[in-house]
Amino acid sequence: MDSIEEKVKDIIAQELDAPRDQINDSTHFINDLGADSLDMVELVMRLEEEFGVHVPEDATDKIQTVGEAIEYIKQHAGS
Amino acid sequence: MTQAENRPVFPVDLSEQVALVTGASRGIGREVAVQLARCGARVACVARNQQLLEELVRQIENEGGQAACWSVDVTDSEQVNQVVDEVLQRWQRLDILVNNAGITRDTLLPRMQDEQWDEVIATNLRGTFLFTRAATRPMMGQRYGRIINISSVSGLRGNKGQSNYSASKAGVIGFTRSAAMELAGRKITVNAVAPGFIETDMTAALGDVFKSEVKKRIPAKRLGQVEDVAACVLFLASPAAGYITGQTIAVDGGLGVGL
Repeated sequence: MDSIEEKVKDIIAQELDAPRDQINDSTHFINDLGADSLDMVELVMRLEEEFGVHVPEDATDKIQTVGEAIEYIKQHAGS
Repeated sequence: MTQAENRPVFPVDLSEQVALVTGASRGIGREVAVQLARCGARVACVARNQQLLEELVRQIENEGGQAACWSVDVTDSEQVNQVVDEVLQRWQRLDILVNNAGITRDTLLPRMQDEQWDEVIATNLRGTFLFTRAATRPMMGQRYGRIINISSVSGLRGNKGQSNYSASKAGVIGFTRSAAMELAGRKITVNAVAPGFIETDMTAALGDVFKSEVKKRIPAKRLGQVEDVAACVLFLASPAAGYITGQTIAVDGGLGVGL
């Protein structure tokens, strides 16, 4: 596993107060981790800060799983 | 100064807590800052006038309280975010935010200049938004917060010559309700206090004739004092008020009741 993936999962575990080993690519933020809309805003803001990316509102809506978050960061980080 | 004079107007234990008050240099904001400090809170005092702020900090410290001040334009988002960051660096948390900074630019509607409208909306409404937004992150992280926005009876009932001011203060009430709904799940309450005619520099400008006319219409038969408003703020800022959110409480001696 590369470092971006690790880091994103660490942040998700922290922000959503979830056990780290429960988080894999298919983990759904709302269905599996019980996140609400404000949790998602907090998480996205944290990811933006950590990776220096900007996640527009419509993209935020499409990020529903851990894998989708990792994918988005990989595509946009450092660009 | 004797011990009794330093007792808060409403007894609340806010030790270990950090509060930020905007418009703290004069009037209601100043009193709220003093009273929060008397309850044990560390108080970040925010306003434009550095000299008045320093006098306030000195008074709080002389009473044995803790305070610091920041000279800030509340309509400037960069300055607002920076103050909140610095407060967090200094005291590691932010429990209580009192959005009190407010100005008037009274005139009848046909004569109202664009600037008179814009300035009032910017300070009273945008300022409230900017500080509340900046406070949400630390408060959400803490899972605790008390946000108290100072509105006005003018925002509830309207007032001739204050279409700009009453629009901004009614706006504060709508903002309070929406913010309350968004943040309730994080144990953050957001409420508004709507003072009636309170004796401050702002109402001193109204003149004695007007004030005595107003007094006749107030069921309590007196103008309000800044302590009357501060008592309500202290209650809403207390841990005990955790199940009250999205509300607007008038502190007006009954003025609004019969209208």
